[in-house]
Amino acid sequence: MSTSIALHAGSLERAETASTREPAWAKVVLISVALSFFAVFLLLPLGTVFAEALRKGWGAYLEALVNRDAWDAIRLTLITAAIAVPLNLVFGVAAAWSIAKFEFRGKRLLITFIDLPFSVSPVISGLIYVLLFGAQGWFGPWLQEHDIQIIFAVPGIVLATIFVTFPFVARELIPLMEAQGSEEEEAAVVLGASGWQVFWHITLPNIKWGLLYGVILCNARAMGEFGAVSVVSGHIRGQTNTMPLYVEILYNEYNYAAAFAVASLLALLAIVTLALKTLVERQTRRQLQEIAATSESET
Amino acid sequence: MKLKSLLAGLLAGALLAGSAVAADVSLLNVSYDPTREFYKEFDDAFAKHWKAKAGDTAIIRQSHGGSGKQARAVIEGLQADVVTLALAYDIDAIADAGLIPSEWQKRLPHNSSPYTSTIVFLVRKGNPKGIRDWNDLVKSGVSIVTPNPKTSGGARWNYLAAWAYALEQPGGNEGKAKEFVGQLYRNVKVLDSGARGSTTTFVERGIGDVLLAWENEAYLSLKEAGADKLEIVTPSLSILAEPPVTIIDRVVDKRGTRKVGQAYLEYLYSPEGQELAARHFYRPTDAQVAAKYSKQFVKTRLITVEKVFGGWRNAQKVHFSDGGIFDQIFVPGGKR
Amino acid sequence: MASVKRFSPLPGFGLAMGYTLVYLTLVVLIPLTAVGTKTLTMGLDAFWAAVSSPRVVASYQLSFGASLLAAAINVVFGLIFAWVLVRYRFPGKGLIDALVDLPFALPTAVAGIALATIHSENGPVGKLLEPWGIEIAYTPNGVLLALVFIGLPFVVRTVQPVLADLEKEVEEAAAGLGASRGQTFLRIILPHIGPALLTGFAMAFARAVGEYGSVIFIAGNVPMVSEITPLLIITKLEQYDYAGATAVASVMLVFSFVLLLIINGLQGWMHHRYARGA
Repeated sequence: MSTSIALHAGSLERAETASTREPAWAKVVLISVALSFFAVFLLLPLGTVFAEALRKGWGAYLEALVNRDAWDAIRLTLITAAIAVPLNLVFGVAAAWSIAKFEFRGKRLLITFIDLPFSVSPVISGLIYVLLFGAQGWFGPWLQEHDIQIIFAVPGIVLATIFVTFPFVARELIPLMEAQGSEEEEAAVVLGASGWQVFWHITLPNIKWGLLYGVILCNARAMGEFGAVSVVSGHIRGQTNTMPLYVEILYNEYNYAAAFAVASLLALLAIVTLALKTLVERQTRRQLQEIAATSESET
Repeated sequence: MKLKSLLAGLLAGALLAGSAVAADVSLLNVSYDPTREFYKEFDDAFAKHWKAKAGDTAIIRQSHGGSGKQARAVIEGLQADVVTLALAYDIDAIADAGLIPSEWQKRLPHNSSPYTSTIVFLVRKGNPKGIRDWNDLVKSGVSIVTPNPKTSGGARWNYLAAWAYALEQPGGNEGKAKEFVGQLYRNVKVLDSGARGSTTTFVERGIGDVLLAWENEAYLSLKEAGADKLEIVTPSLSILAEPPVTIIDRVVDKRGTRKVGQAYLEYLYSPEGQELAARHFYRPTDAQVAAKYSKQFVKTRLITVEKVFGGWRNAQKVHFSDGGIFDQIFVPGGKR
Repeated sequence: MASVKRFSPLPGFGLAMGYTLVYLTLVVLIPLTAVGTKTLTMGLDAFWAAVSSPRVVASYQLSFGASLLAAAINVVFGLIFAWVLVRYRFPGKGLIDALVDLPFALPTAVAGIALATIHSENGPVGKLLEPWGIEIAYTPNGVLLALVFIGLPFVVRTVQPVLADLEKEVEEAAAGLGASRGQTFLRIILPHIGPALLTGFAMAFARAVGEYGSVIFIAGNVPMVSEITPLLIITKLEQYDYAGATAVASVMLVFSFVLLLIINGLQGWMHHRYARGA
C-alpha cells in the first residue's frame, strides 16, 4: 500500500517566490527540527549498529562473521530470498498484466486481496503456516505420516517469507503498467507479434525499472524478515537460523559485538537497497516524464 | 537485458552457496536457556570423544529457549534427537504426546538429571537495596527481573522456591503464600520468555534491582560482567532444581541416531562431562567431581518439588496451567 | 486519468489471471482462512473469553493506543520532513531524502537492538534522559519510540509528492489577497494535503499495530504494562494455546482488513482529488 506512492516521491522541489515564503526563522526552525529528528531517529540507530559491531575491533568483527554458524545463517537467508523473490516476481508480473491491461469485475477487490499481506502482522503471517502445517494443523498428521517437515524447517521459513513479500512486485507494477497503457502492445499484436514476443520486446523493456524497484524492496524484506520466520523457525543453529534470527540468538547470548556484526551486514543490505532504490527512482521518474510528455503531445 | 543477467547471477550465487556440507552423523539437542555456553563446550568434547570411540564425525546442533516453549516445539514436530530441559514436567509433556515412554525418567541415573542447580539472587554491587532473603523481594521499591513461568523452566523454579519460603514462615499457609508470591510478581519489572532474556535485561540493560536466576546463570553473569558490578545473594531457603535429559525415541528411531544419542547423554555422566558441567557452575552428581568443586557452591537449605508440591505434575496443574494460581496472580493486578 | 478502457485485443489474460488467482489462493487466501476456521471451532464462549481477558485487553490498549499516538507524531514530523524536502535547499538534503526510507529497508530486529541499545540507561540517549527521570527502554515509551521509527516513511512519502504538486499560483493568489503565511497554510495548503496526511496516518497506524521485531527488544514485555498484542500471540503460541493465539489473531486480522479497506478508499479519494492537478 505504501511503495507505489514512494515511487513518485524523491527530491521533487520547486522554485520559491518571495510572496509565498515563510519567515526566515520558521525555515530555520523547520530545517533544524527535521535535521535533529533525522539525526536521533535515523542516523543514530544506523551508526550504533556499526559502532557496536566494531567496539571490540576488526579482528573480533571478522571472527563473528567468518564461522560456520554465521555462514549457515547467511546461506539460509540467501536461499530463502532466492526462492521467494523470483516466485513473487513471476506472480507480480502476471497480476499486473491481468489487472493493468484488462478490464474485469472485482478488480478493486483483487487488488485489496493482493495488498492484504502488507497489513497483516508478521506474527500472524507465521501463525497461519503453523495452523496449516503444525503437528496439530490441517495437514499436520498427513505430513507426519509422510515424514515431511515444514514447520521448524526450511520450507516453513520460505513459505512465511513468500507471504510477507507477496505484494511488493505486483504493487509496483500495477500503477506503472496502468499509467503506460497498452497502445504499444496492441499495435504489436495487430502487426502479428505473439503474446510472448510482445511481452519480452515491448512490455518488459517498458517496466524494467519498476520491476527492478519492486525486486529490490521485495529482496530487502525477504532477507530482513524477523517476526514471521521467528514463529516457524525452531531456532536451530546452523539449520533454521536466518540472519535476523541469528542476530537475536547472539544478542541473547551476551555476544553483543557478534550480534551487531551480523546486524551490520543487514544494515549494509539496507543501505545498498536505499542506494539502488534512489537510482532506480531517478530512472522511473524520467520514464514517467517521458510518458507524460508523449501523452501530452498526443492530445 | 541487464535485469535478466542480474537475476540469473543472484540465483546462481544463492544455489552455489546452498550446497550443503557433508556430515557423518548429526544430532539435535533441544535445550533450555542458560545451557548455551555449557553445551557449546560439551558438544565439542563429545564430538572428539565420539570420533575416538566410533570413528564418526558427530555434528551437534543446538536449539535454546524457554524450557516449556522448547518442549512444546518438540511436541509440535521439532526433530530433537535429545532434549536437555529445565524440569521433568516439560519432558513429561513430551511423554504424554507419545514421543517417549512414560517411564523415561528411570532410564538414566539420578532421575535422568546429570547435574543439578538451584535458584539464587543476583544483585547490583554493594547490594544497595539490602536484599538478603525472599522477604526482601516484596518490599515496595524493589524491582525484580524474572522470566515468565508460563514459558521458562527457571522461572517456575523461582516461583516455587518463593512459594515454599512463604509456606515456611510463621503462620504460613496457601493463602499467605499466594499473597506473598502475588506481591513479589507485582514488583516484577520485566518478564521475558526465557531465563537468558531476563539475564540480558538485568545485566546488560541495567534494569531492576534483583534478578532471580539459575545459580549457573548467576555465576556466568558474574564472570561475564565482572565481579565489580554484581553480587550473588543466596537466600536462606531455595529449591533443588534437577534439569533432566532424555533421548526422543520417535526421532532417534526414525533417524537411526539412537546409539549416538544415548552415548551423548551418557557422556554427560562421565567424569569429563561432569567436570565440564561443574566448570559451568552446574552442581555435578558425580561424588568425586562434586567434592572437587564443593567450595564453588554455597550451602543453603534446598527443598524439593516432591516434598513441598507433591511432584511436578501436581505443581504444574495447580500453579501454571491456564487459570492456575499464576494466572490468578497476574490478572487482577492491573496496571502498576 | 485515462478514459474507460475498451475491450483489449492483448493475449494472455486467461493465463495471467489464472496464475494470479491460483497463486493468491494458495499463498494468501487458504492460509488466512485457517485462522477463520480455527476460530470457528472454538465456540463463542471460549472465543470471547480468549479475546476479552484483562491481559489481552491491556495489550489491545497498548498496541492500538501507542500506534495511534505514534501515527499522530508521525503526521507532525512527517509533514515537517516532507515540507523541508520539497520547499527548501540545505546541505545534506539528498542524504536525508534517501535515508527517510531506512525504517523500510532496515530489518526490524536490527532496528530493535539498535534502539534498545541507544535508549537503555547506559545508552547515549538513555544516559541523557535518565537524570530527568525519563525512561524509554523497557517501558511503554519504548514501544511508542519503535513505532514512531517504523512509521515515519509512510507519512513522508505520501505527503511529499502531493506537496510538490501543489500549485504555487494558488498560494500566490492567497498571498496577493492579503492572507498571511499562516492563513495560507491553514486555509489553502493543509486542506489540500489533508487526504494525503490522513492516508499516511492510516498506513503508519496499520503498520504499527502489527509490528513485532523492532518492538520486542525495547518493550520490556511485562503483561498488562508493556506487552503488545503480537507478542501476546507469540506468548500464547509458545504455550501452545493455539486456539487462544488464533482468536486474538483473528481480531487483529479483521481490524487490519477494515483498515486496509479504509486506506484503499482514502487512496481512491486522493487519486480523484489530485488527478486534476497532475
